[in-house]
Amino acid sequence: MATQTDVERRRPPTADPGPPRRTWTRDAVETRVFGVLRWLVIAFLLVIAIFPFYYSVLLSLRPLDQVVQDPGALWVGPSEIILDSYRSVLASAAEGGQGFIQFMRNSAIVAFGTVVLTLLVAIPGAYAVSRLQFFGRRQVSGLFLAVYLFPSILLAVPLFVFFTRIGLRGSLIGLLIVYVSQIVAVSIYMLRNYFDTIPVSLEEAAAIDGASRLGIMRRISLPLALPAIMANALFVFMIAWNEFLFALLFLIDARDRWTVSLGLSQLAGSIEVPATVLMAGSVIVTVPIIVIFFASERLLTEGLTAGAEKG
Amino acid sequence: MSERADVSGAPPPPPPTTEPIPQSVQGGRARGSLARSEARAGLSLISPTLVIVVVMVVLPIIWTVSLAFQQIRLLNLSSAGIFGSYTIDNFRGIFTSEGFWTSLWTTLIYSVLGTGSAIGLGLVAALALRKAFRGRTFVRAAMLLPYVAPVVAVTYAWSTMLSPQFGVVNYWGQRLLGWDDPIAFLSQVSGEVSILGLSFSVPTALLTVIAFEAWRSFPFAFLFLTARLQAAPATLEEAAKVDGATLTQRFRYIVLPQLLPTIAVLSVLRFIWTFNSFDDIYLLTGGGAGTEVVSVRVFNALVSRGDIGAAAAQALVLAAILAVLVGLYLKRFATREEQA
Repeated sequence: MATQTDVERRRPPTADPGPPRRTWTRDAVETRVFGVLRWLVIAFLLVIAIFPFYYSVLLSLRPLDQVVQDPGALWVGPSEIILDSYRSVLASAAEGGQGFIQFMRNSAIVAFGTVVLTLLVAIPGAYAVSRLQFFGRRQVSGLFLAVYLFPSILLAVPLFVFFTRIGLRGSLIGLLIVYVSQIVAVSIYMLRNYFDTIPVSLEEAAAIDGASRLGIMRRISLPLALPAIMANALFVFMIAWNEFLFALLFLIDARDRWTVSLGLSQLAGSIEVPATVLMAGSVIVTVPIIVIFFASERLLTEGLTAGAEKG
Repeated sequence: MSERADVSGAPPPPPPTTEPIPQSVQGGRARGSLARSEARAGLSLISPTLVIVVVMVVLPIIWTVSLAFQQIRLLNLSSAGIFGSYTIDNFRGIFTSEGFWTSLWTTLIYSVLGTGSAIGLGLVAALALRKAFRGRTFVRAAMLLPYVAPVVAVTYAWSTMLSPQFGVVNYWGQRLLGWDDPIAFLSQVSGEVSILGLSFSVPTALLTVIAFEAWRSFPFAFLFLTARLQAAPATLEEAAKVDGATLTQRFRYIVLPQLLPTIAVLSVLRFIWTFNSFDDIYLLTGGGAGTEVVSVRVFNALVSRGDIGAAAAQALVLAAILAVLVGLYLKRFATREEQA
């Protein structure tokens, strides 16, 4: 930055000769100070954002007695790495492990189920809210926004009571229904925004060509919205995979149905399981999310640029 | 399809379904029937969502109101019906208990400081990463990790890092910062901090969960503010620079005013979510050491004591206070109807 302005100043004066030597203007000082500060801030933010994750991986690769002996170590040599923690956390309870394979299966069932069901109802819903005039359209949008902002702890009470009463507490199906009902509003909100950006003229052209409304939806709107739908699917998956409160309320008594999040939180409360093993569990919970996050980031930008080049 | 002239549609369109047929004949039959078929299609496409939301969200909330006025416990649940005996004892119990007011105060401090610091940190991050440099894409993605990672995993990482026995923070704090004893960040109600010879008593655990909240949700603010910064026209700042405005002046008078609407929206959203947040505090401290927010109290009443009436009443009070606060804020500040 500083060099750039210097170069500009050394050029032969064109219109404004000005005072020749003013290198210590307030602006120049500020630019320099904040130029340095900026890199410090970036370094600081990077450290705080990444360190907890780095620390988790580090701990999961070290044996427990070493961690207790030398808690400040910030590095583990390649020769000292052990994978015992991962073995122990993944093995089923019968083999003396913590049974995370089972938990991951439960989480995957719930998360995939939530994605499929949510999209199934949200795509037509979002299309309707975006494209079709019907009585109560604005009220419906308002309702969905309200649901999106609604405190889940307030819903926890009646749903807990209701599911206890009809005996669905402890079943993954019950949890799945709750997740869909919580997420579908957000999903519609996001998809609607995308449908709004697709030009209506494309659909009108298809309508003039004699396509039915369902045909238009299937042949025109859905393919155009596919990047947004994919991104939305990943978003829903992340919410369902990360969810904790309702899993805790509904599944706490049924250990074989615990989701990974619930399993990790429950085992963290007990003293018998070593911290390194739980850290391995923590890494296992996080990895799918990070993979999906990086995948969906690219997808999102691809979707946006694809829309832009159409003009 | 082609009549969709008012996409922005500020006034709600007249309901075509209730229109008597003779009128639509006069205005052109095709138009009326097309609008009717559109309305039918719209309603049928939205109805699955509507059913789910009404059954799983709206009705339960109405039911909560009913539960809050009854003396129901998990044990006598089967005998309770919609037409139970109503009473305001639950609310009387809440408002006369000292614990509730303390916890409401804690919730308020937690939400205000958590929201403020998250947005502040997000703003700093957005400004620092504004100008392009090699590897900025990676840094941006890394900034979002705290927000997307599973809450259980990050709270566990934090509580291990802060552990007084083998936590890395206490280890380096004692070595580098000269702490005498390990600090029990998550179980100490208050600690003494001396700065320049003056001693302050600080609520250790509460500040720790606020710091966690700032860490976890600053990416959300960062994302919104970055998007807004990208939309800000560069010409304004260039013009100000030509006129001799310094960097801080350009921020104060050009950039910040453009960001304020976004910051206002962010404040509302983050405040709502922090005010109700349960997971973070429950997982970090379990609500102990002076961090019992109202949502944790609701959970304890519901699960530990099985006191459904009290849980419902407290949840309602929480929601009502939130609604009042947000309503006041919107009335005072909001000018933009469309969010984000």
